[in-house]
Amino acid sequence: MIAAITFYILAAILLFSAAMVVSARNPVHSVLFLILAFFNAAGLFLLAGAEFLAMILVIVYVGAVAVLFLFVVMMLDIDFAGLRSGFQRYLPVGLAVGVVLLVELGIVLGGWRLAPQASALRYAPTAPAMQNTAQLGNLLYTDYIFLFQTAGLVLLVAMIGAIVLTLRGRQGSRRQNILVQTARTPRETLELIDAPLGAGIGSLGIRRPIVAEPDEASPDEAAAVPLHHEGH
Amino acid sequence: MLPVGITHYLVVAAMLLVLGVFGIFLNRKNVIIMLMSIELILLAANINLVAFSAMLQDMVGQVFVMFTLTVAAAEAAIGLAIVVIYFRNRGSIQVEDVNLMKG
Repeated sequence: MIAAITFYILAAILLFSAAMVVSARNPVHSVLFLILAFFNAAGLFLLAGAEFLAMILVIVYVGAVAVLFLFVVMMLDIDFAGLRSGFQRYLPVGLAVGVVLLVELGIVLGGWRLAPQASALRYAPTAPAMQNTAQLGNLLYTDYIFLFQTAGLVLLVAMIGAIVLTLRGRQGSRRQNILVQTARTPRETLELIDAPLGAGIGSLGIRRPIVAEPDEASPDEAAAVPLHHEGH
Repeated sequence: MLPVGITHYLVVAAMLLVLGVFGIFLNRKNVIIMLMSIELILLAANINLVAFSAMLQDMVGQVFVMFTLTVAAAEAAIGLAIVVIYFRNRGSIQVEDVNLMKG
């Protein structure tokens, strides 16, 4: 009974905060309502007996994804008032699509029933004596190890992709260009001059070091510099 | 295992999904809210998976929720990175401006 009441409270807050996410005037409020929605969804997971997933939802979604959203919303100096100008225009079509989708889902829910052999088709029945986390680990590290590693690969690709997308060469920062440094030859930078006897170097004028100028070249051009002395 | 019938969970997930789709249509200009709506849709799918996993007493549903979470996190990271570089280039995140590739 208490569990059922808790379910209804959590579900009501979840749906309310989801509605506020899509309709809040300030995107920062949207993100905060998204965090509230995630917490309530974690509560629903707990009620269904998926403790580990509830904790993962809080840690990954609230701790990482929602905070990432918050950073982006607060970092970008966006004119949010202008972004809401088409709100009224899109309301009817959004409502129409939403109502159609809801009616279709209602029809599906109304006509849905469980297959009689569904419980016989279970792949990994839960063991009541074991903890949820232990069961999940048993399954994840044995039967689903390939999918687990693929998920890690997906995260790696996402990480590299995000870094590559947002990395930019800052103007005015002096980077070390190792290719140019190692491709440099003494001929390009060293000049041997016969100084006249007894005159010193003053008669030659002030001589500056010859500087190869990698700074002017863009990174693409610098990468295209052929390596003359690769074999040495 | 479930405190209430599975239908309750399915109804909540269905309403959450509809709210997410509604949010995508409503905030056609704000790409960040659209990404949040996608998160809501994925959350609805996760609730369905967990509910069926609890009802059928099968752990596979929860394993799949883990993979969905992984993909959703990756999607959010890439999407926000694209938003950041788009804002850097154009000074706005209006989705309707994204027609540079149009012939």
